[in-house]
Amino acid sequence: MTVSEKLPLVSRVQAINWNRIEDEKDVEVWNRLTNNFWLPEKVPLSNDIQSWATLNEDEKWMTTRVFTGLTMLDTIQGTVGAVSLIPDAFTPHEEAVYTNIAFMESVHAKSYSSIFSTLISTPEIDEAFRWSEENEHLQRKAAIILDYYRGDDPQKRKVASTMLESFLFYSGFYAPMYWSSRAKLTNTADLIRLIIRDEAVHGYYIGYKYQKGLEKESPARREELKDYTFGLLLDLYDNEEDYTEALYDPLGLTEDVKAFLRYNANKALMNLGYEGLFGKDQTAVNPAILSSLSPNADENHDFFSGSGSSYVMGKAEDTEDEDWDF
Amino acid sequence: MTGIVYFSSVSENTRRFVERLDLPAERIPLRPKDGHLRVDHPYVLFTPTYGGGNGQGAVPKQVIKFLNDVHNRSLIKGVVAAGNTNFGAAYCLAGRIIARKCKVPHLYDFELLGTAEDVMHVRQGLGHTWLQH
Repeated sequence: MTVSEKLPLVSRVQAINWNRIEDEKDVEVWNRLTNNFWLPEKVPLSNDIQSWATLNEDEKWMTTRVFTGLTMLDTIQGTVGAVSLIPDAFTPHEEAVYTNIAFMESVHAKSYSSIFSTLISTPEIDEAFRWSEENEHLQRKAAIILDYYRGDDPQKRKVASTMLESFLFYSGFYAPMYWSSRAKLTNTADLIRLIIRDEAVHGYYIGYKYQKGLEKESPARREELKDYTFGLLLDLYDNEEDYTEALYDPLGLTEDVKAFLRYNANKALMNLGYEGLFGKDQTAVNPAILSSLSPNADENHDFFSGSGSSYVMGKAEDTEDEDWDF
Repeated sequence: MTGIVYFSSVSENTRRFVERLDLPAERIPLRPKDGHLRVDHPYVLFTPTYGGGNGQGAVPKQVIKFLNDVHNRSLIKGVVAAGNTNFGAAYCLAGRIIARKCKVPHLYDFELLGTAEDVMHVRQGLGHTWLQH
């Protein structure tokens, strides 16, 4: 079969014109993503070799499985997920943003290989990949998402994609943040923070495009999509609980991870324009994990409660126009 | 009476948070052709954080333009910022920058659309702290 038989060739090609913008969010997100561009080679992972040696066998087992699981999700998003969104794009600039997202997901997937090759031997790497390929919960997670990517509903595809970007990665992201909070594998954590930052922009953007699509739908169809979204989230959440137990039970961390999952599940829903599902008590993330997400932002900005606020009343001073040149 | 002035991009996240507060609010225009907002009363500013990680451009351009107006700047009483903890040290950075530049308290941070607790907390806080003045 030739390429032209596989792909229906368009009768006329539209050239992308970045000087005629239909949705300014496309440019804003493109700029954000390109400004954030990075490669794993810039992170000195080899500085973690000594730290890795201090982990016990259970800890190493959990950590390697977490990274093969994340590799699988990034592979899906890079080669299937983000690419499957391109034909549904509303604007040519949106298509371009998806190509950037797809490429960065492939960079993420490759980053885990950099971590592996730095820290463990080839047979150990192969063993960890085998575990992931045989783990039923990880496979089920992949199967659920892939099913929607191959389906014929563009809106549901965006929901599935946002769930992946904003929720499904976090059972894995917990581990490097946990190590970072204990001053272990800190360079690996630096690399993961770059991935976490990218996924936030991806989830925000795909969720935004979902909401734009929703504006064109009938009230009945909006209702259907909302029910579908919450249904999918709960299915995925049930599966994430099982997956989390398989990974973290040996270390007694499961309940702590689940709070982090629910916190991020709420954020995935918010990216899609819905209010969070899980209440405050269910989403109380361990403060050590939250502060490893924001290593320098240790200030508490709840002025109203008066507790722990870092604000000190300053002396008034007139600001000049040049102060605002930022 | 103190009011609310907010900026929200086309994603409308900050607008939705402000609407849930159910307090008088004015929006900073999104596009230059929509004109310039000039306020005539003290206000608390609500703003999202832009940029996403490298700390550049955290305060939206429209908010900078609004605050560049000396009259507007003289009436700001505090700032509430939105953000995403995924952006690490840049989480709600716009609030920290504006608080420092304008010498006003950085009152509160919330994520994305905010939770019901955030809405309650800010409503109570604004009610007690500012709206009677």
